[in-house]
Amino acid sequence: MASYETHEYDVLIIGAGGAGLRAAIEAAVGDLKVGLVCKSLLGKAHTVMAEGGVAAALANVDERDSWRVHFADTMRGGQYLSNARMAELHAQESPDRVRELEAWGALFDRTQEGGILQRNFGGHQYPRLAHVGDRTGLEMIRALQDHGIHQGIEVHMENTVISLLKTGDRVSGAFGYEREKGRFKVFAAKAVVLATGGVGKAYKVTSNSWEYTGDGHSLAYHAGAELIDMEFVQFHPTGMVWPPSVRGILVTEGVRGEGGILTNSEGTRFMFDDIPELYVNQTADNPEEGWQYTQGDREARRPPELLTRDHVARCIVREVQEGRGSPHGGVFLDIAWIKEKIPNAADYIRRKLPSMYHQFKQLANIDITQEPMEVGPTTHYIMGGIRVDADSQMTAVPGLFAAGECAAGLHGANRLGGNSLSDLLVFGKRAGEYAAQFAMENQAVPIDEAEIDTIAAHTLKPFENPPTDGNGNNMGPYDIQAQLQEKMENLVGIARTQESLTQALDEIQNLREKAENVHAIGNREYNAGWHTALDLDCLITVSEAIALAALERRASIGAHSRDDYPEKEEPGAGKYNTIINKSDDGAMTVRRESIDELRANLQEIIDEIG
Amino acid sequence: MAKATFRIWRGNADNAQFVDYETEVSEGMVVLDAVHRIQAEQANDMAVRWNCKAGKCGSCSAEINGQPKLMCMTRLDTVPLDEPVTIEPMRAFPLIKDLVADVSWNFKVKEQMRPFAPRPPDAEDGTWRMEQEDIDHVQEFRKCIECFLCQDVCHVLRDHSLHDEFIGPRYLVYAASLEMHPIDTENRLEELKNSDGIGYCNITKCCTKVCPEHITITDNAIIPLKERVVDEFYDPIKKLFRVFSR
Repeated sequence: MASYETHEYDVLIIGAGGAGLRAAIEAAVGDLKVGLVCKSLLGKAHTVMAEGGVAAALANVDERDSWRVHFADTMRGGQYLSNARMAELHAQESPDRVRELEAWGALFDRTQEGGILQRNFGGHQYPRLAHVGDRTGLEMIRALQDHGIHQGIEVHMENTVISLLKTGDRVSGAFGYEREKGRFKVFAAKAVVLATGGVGKAYKVTSNSWEYTGDGHSLAYHAGAELIDMEFVQFHPTGMVWPPSVRGILVTEGVRGEGGILTNSEGTRFMFDDIPELYVNQTADNPEEGWQYTQGDREARRPPELLTRDHVARCIVREVQEGRGSPHGGVFLDIAWIKEKIPNAADYIRRKLPSMYHQFKQLANIDITQEPMEVGPTTHYIMGGIRVDADSQMTAVPGLFAAGECAAGLHGANRLGGNSLSDLLVFGKRAGEYAAQFAMENQAVPIDEAEIDTIAAHTLKPFENPPTDGNGNNMGPYDIQAQLQEKMENLVGIARTQESLTQALDEIQNLREKAENVHAIGNREYNAGWHTALDLDCLITVSEAIALAALERRASIGAHSRDDYPEKEEPGAGKYNTIINKSDDGAMTVRRESIDELRANLQEIIDEIG
Repeated sequence: MAKATFRIWRGNADNAQFVDYETEVSEGMVVLDAVHRIQAEQANDMAVRWNCKAGKCGSCSAEINGQPKLMCMTRLDTVPLDEPVTIEPMRAFPLIKDLVADVSWNFKVKEQMRPFAPRPPDAEDGTWRMEQEDIDHVQEFRKCIECFLCQDVCHVLRDHSLHDEFIGPRYLVYAASLEMHPIDTENRLEELKNSDGIGYCNITKCCTKVCPEHITITDNAIIPLKERVVDEFYDPIKKLFRVFSR
């Protein structure tokens, strides 16, 4: 029988980025016992890396902004595949969620009047992103962390959950290990909130860290929840491309918000060459108008560099493919040029974009106040994820909730910059609130001991597997992970076809068999190789889901581009979501579900605002 | 491709020593890249903390050739490669394994500090009005990524192990960010003087020198707090005033 410690909670939160922390704070409002499990140290989750800002229609800078405009912008950005109720709640509640952070100590940059300053960002009609220079995520996670540690939440740092536990239909807890000694822990809980973030580590070039292996997606899928719209993976248009070791690290959209322009090797501002129909009326048709927009001219329309991320990424790929790329396979992002427009431009850039200045200076020997950066697309975010009820964030499994990046619905086919930080606040709070309510209304259910023994044995198997297979191939975890990332990058990346996706599914199947025999050296103490071996299960599950959903959607819309189906919609198919679940025989299946018509009052907003 | 040797601390609290690893190095690599390459190719079970790889999360703190630094922001072309590059965990904290130190003490210190407590909102919508120039200093302190390199290099903690009596530069910066926050209402001077041990700091500025966020820890945070403590508890006029007002 496996040996393990047991911890009992009313509500267990898995993940301590913005969504997990916000959920934990909310669940702890009453006198419920709340546990929070995270893979890293507290305050290190990916939220810390968010740069540009948090989107909320505070209307501090432009009084024409309102939740209705934010709603319409989010729906348009998501190509009308978003869950409208989530987009409505998000737009309505994000201003309160941002203001509340100030009550917990956050200090956003200020307007002249002393309110919260807001900046322009791609796809947002008005300056809407509350920010702190280009380190907004750090400010948010620190405010949540510093408030959260005084709410009586029990935190398990550097612990990883391997499997959810179910008793009958209901979730009854989770099984995991702590890194330091590799000991097992069982977390019994009446309600569980997944807030595990994204899946970036399935790809070779990514802005995500080692943690982003799709744990929540995979845990929920295996527990019987549905995944929705998994084909929509956001490739952020501007990641670093040089030197090779920093490839993929994010360059904030804030650079373009402050006036940065994209040019190719011929010096052309290529973004003016291709402006999608949906955005023609909102986009500047000359450089001067675009510049005026970034300087706060309310009559000017936004420059094409601030079109949605999916579109900008595709334009960059086109420039590179057609031979007009930069020396290291990207394009140029230039903020230094603003010295033609404003005095003391170098100081201005360093003040507005301090961490970008620092990052390029230190990692690439480039002074962004003097010369252009080289940038290219990097896997950044997944719009798809665990299907949840819009109001409560509960999944199809009773007692199991999800919020933040691992949940889906708000962003549709493409997420607007700034909408993820507001997403995790709004729906983190809701998940915490409804999980607490569920815990109050339901008794604890006993945990099945036999199930724990099976999972524990599986968790230790990598130590027993041989180091090479019958053909002498290395079965180490890093090799298998690298092979998966290579396949996903090449076959399920920005440009996809039926052929590439079918091949990807075959390759993923081979890698799944390999992963079952993955070998770990050493012992259970803080063993990175063993941890990587255990993460493979989740990575392979989400990779299969992404490829399968991408194969199902025979159209090119938002972040999903099919070279063999360039049209936005398949004739006669209408608007639909792709839904993935685990069938009774254990195989992954995909189906389509039509999107309901909008509620009349929401349709009116779209009709009026566009 | 060129090769270089990395002398990495391996083992746990019971038994640890340096182990040499030779690996390939290329243009633009940082120390963390070399550690990752060694981990993937030669030492799968090596323990190292990291997350963002862009100097924003403060996870990969270590001592590189004896200097406290973030591994992800230390380029190999700033380190001599004709001799072995030593990489050790932070020494002011107990070792867990290899490059990972037990930094849990830091989290406990923060929990014991008196939290932020705002004055009632200025406006009816529950918000406050603050001038940018009034928050510039506090925003400097809030840039802290909690890498704990300042704690690692502080003599009071590193050489004298006064972890029970002194909260260290990180938490003096945290205290300063709360004390100078325009809407905070608490007064933390008494605990700064007593349980937080601000008097132990003798302003050698070692912490400021290693801060990867370039926070002027000593000049902008610690010295002003020391001045406030002196004003509060050692000012002769105030002392006199206190005697008479009793």
